[in-house]
Amino acid sequence: MPLNPELQGRVFPPTEPYLVGREKVREFSRAVFATNPVNFNVEVARAAGYDDIVAPPTFAVVVQELSLAQLLADPDAGIDFSRVVHGDQRFTSTRPIVAGDELTATLTVTSVKSLGPHSMVTAQSEITDAAGEHVVTSISTLVVRGDE
Amino acid sequence: MTITTVPDFPSLAVGDIVAERSFPLTRDSLVRYAGASGDFNPIHYRDDIAHAVGLPGVLAHGMLTMGLAVQAVVDWSGDPGRIVDYQVRFTRPVVVDPESGAVVAVIAKVGQLDDDARAARIDLTVKVGDETVLGKAQARVILG
Repeated sequence: MPLNPELQGRVFPPTEPYLVGREKVREFSRAVFATNPVNFNVEVARAAGYDDIVAPPTFAVVVQELSLAQLLADPDAGIDFSRVVHGDQRFTSTRPIVAGDELTATLTVTSVKSLGPHSMVTAQSEITDAAGEHVVTSISTLVVRGDE
Repeated sequence: MTITTVPDFPSLAVGDIVAERSFPLTRDSLVRYAGASGDFNPIHYRDDIAHAVGLPGVLAHGMLTMGLAVQAVVDWSGDPGRIVDYQVRFTRPVVVDPESGAVVAVIAKVGQLDDDARAARIDLTVKVGDETVLGKAQARVILG
């Protein structure tokens, strides 16, 4: 089924705030083979000028995922999740995520394209902190495979 | 390695290899990443489901490959907070054998230097065996 072309430009409501836990940062850091002490040790992170331990550069995906779930669950979008392949991914940060951050993601569908039987949808999530300041923009292009 | 060791920006040249790392992945790595990230798609831990949807086997999460590849740059730069932009294209899936796993090899090279911002674009070559698994993998690192 082709994607709904009217999806382009659609903005979803902000997600519920996600509280970045210290142990979650450590767990995620271990899972991506991070070894830097600022990912694990509060004293070292504070000495480096951070409020708390620092999340790895790709941690924003955890928060972005909450906004992507809105898009995938939307019946108007017509996206069959079992046919979705991750095409590309980008993170552009104003500052790193640290433990204690309360983050909200607001997703905009920036592009919907057809490529033969396949569709490509680009979703941009603006992730902001409790003060409403920008932290990171997370951009995913999803390929929805059509019938070959 | 300490976090105070920042690479010396003026001594960098385009083409310099700044880091080389190998990351051995096992099925355990995938389960660990599933739990840490919340991505519980069963193609990352169940052979029967992976085969049923036409995949050659259980695959590593693309975001796991992306997440570990940049660690080579994090360790070189000394601080994950120096990475201000990071992008990849997922070009080939990483099949993780239940017994032998898979080894992701990363080479990080200086792609471009921005003197005004004291920023380096680090280009990553990310391979499993002879196959490139991430394309256009680039990280912008502030070294000022």
